[in-house]
Amino acid sequence: MAETRATAYDSKIEGNVIFTRFDAALNWVRKNSLWPMPMGLACCAIELMATAASRFDISRFGAEVMRFSPRQCDVMIVAGTVTYKMALAVKRIYEQMPEPKWVIAMGACASTGGMYRSYAVLQGIDQLLPVDVYISGCPPRPEALLAGLMKLQDKISRDRAFRNQKPELAEKLEEALT
Amino acid sequence: MTRDELLDSLGKSFADKLQHRAEFRGETSFTIATGDLRDIAKFCRDELSFDYLLDITSIDNFGDEPRFQVVYHLYSMPHGIHLRFNLRLSEEFGAVDTVSDIWPTANWHEREIYDMMGIKFNGHPDLRRILMWDGYPFFPLRKDFPLAGLASEMPDVAFTKVTPLEGGPFVTIPSTAGSKDREPRARPREL
Repeated sequence: MAETRATAYDSKIEGNVIFTRFDAALNWVRKNSLWPMPMGLACCAIELMATAASRFDISRFGAEVMRFSPRQCDVMIVAGTVTYKMALAVKRIYEQMPEPKWVIAMGACASTGGMYRSYAVLQGIDQLLPVDVYISGCPPRPEALLAGLMKLQDKISRDRAFRNQKPELAEKLEEALT
Repeated sequence: MTRDELLDSLGKSFADKLQHRAEFRGETSFTIATGDLRDIAKFCRDELSFDYLLDITSIDNFGDEPRFQVVYHLYSMPHGIHLRFNLRLSEEFGAVDTVSDIWPTANWHEREIYDMMGIKFNGHPDLRRILMWDGYPFFPLRKDFPLAGLASEMPDVAFTKVTPLEGGPFVTIPSTAGSKDREPRARPREL
């Protein structure tokens, strides 16, 4: 009598199995648990606080865990005017954040220097850091920050996370599969 | 004491040292020589109850001689009276005696003036820059400092670049016109 293998529907696990791409799963995890570094430097920080508070509630998007240690952060929200004196401190804090990391330039000052065409103000944080999302406004409303955060989530969900994080392993796998 | 009594008392003690008196909206300003500042300041605090130094400001009259002006704004808490002293000093001289031991609040005011104008204060306990960083080579509020700034570099400390003005500076013109006409616009420098 031939040996048989049970291939029937296994009600214990079958309903809990999801098939997806590895990148999609990783990005889904990342984008829904963004821990912000609140780089509050001026009045935009007030709107950032309002966004975190109950009326607008940034925790609906999984980004409520503001960390004041850069080593626990995923996204730096540069909220306010970056002076030259502060600029290198901002860069240093950015460099202390672990990969993968993203930057939101919140408001006119952080994006371009805003109304401060001055000897003291860095004309846009993108001169020092790679910015992912720019938010217009002076200061932006909390809705704008939330929209920016959702844009960043869209961007993260298109990320080739596995290839970016483990390039050698990804190449080996691709070679093995071809 | 009334305002007139206070000023009379000051006039009696320093008659030859108060060079010029100006009245504006019930407030009095005197021009004095830089060397007389500390004597007059001590007298004002101890004898005339000017116990509050509101502010020290500096003015750059670029092109005039003497170039700089330092203004001390005093206030008497018990009598509610303002008093102002004007000092004029040339760029070569460029130093004033500190009053930070007379009014401790002068410490940071003098540091700010040193930072922005480059005026030094003799006897100041800690004359460092207060807004810009140590080693920044310029004095930004001097009139010969360009609006767009100048490039500077201190590796690992800070840096500045020349600011793109994009057709600016964007300035408004004071008038009684509507807000649409008054709003800041890029205007040529000749205006």
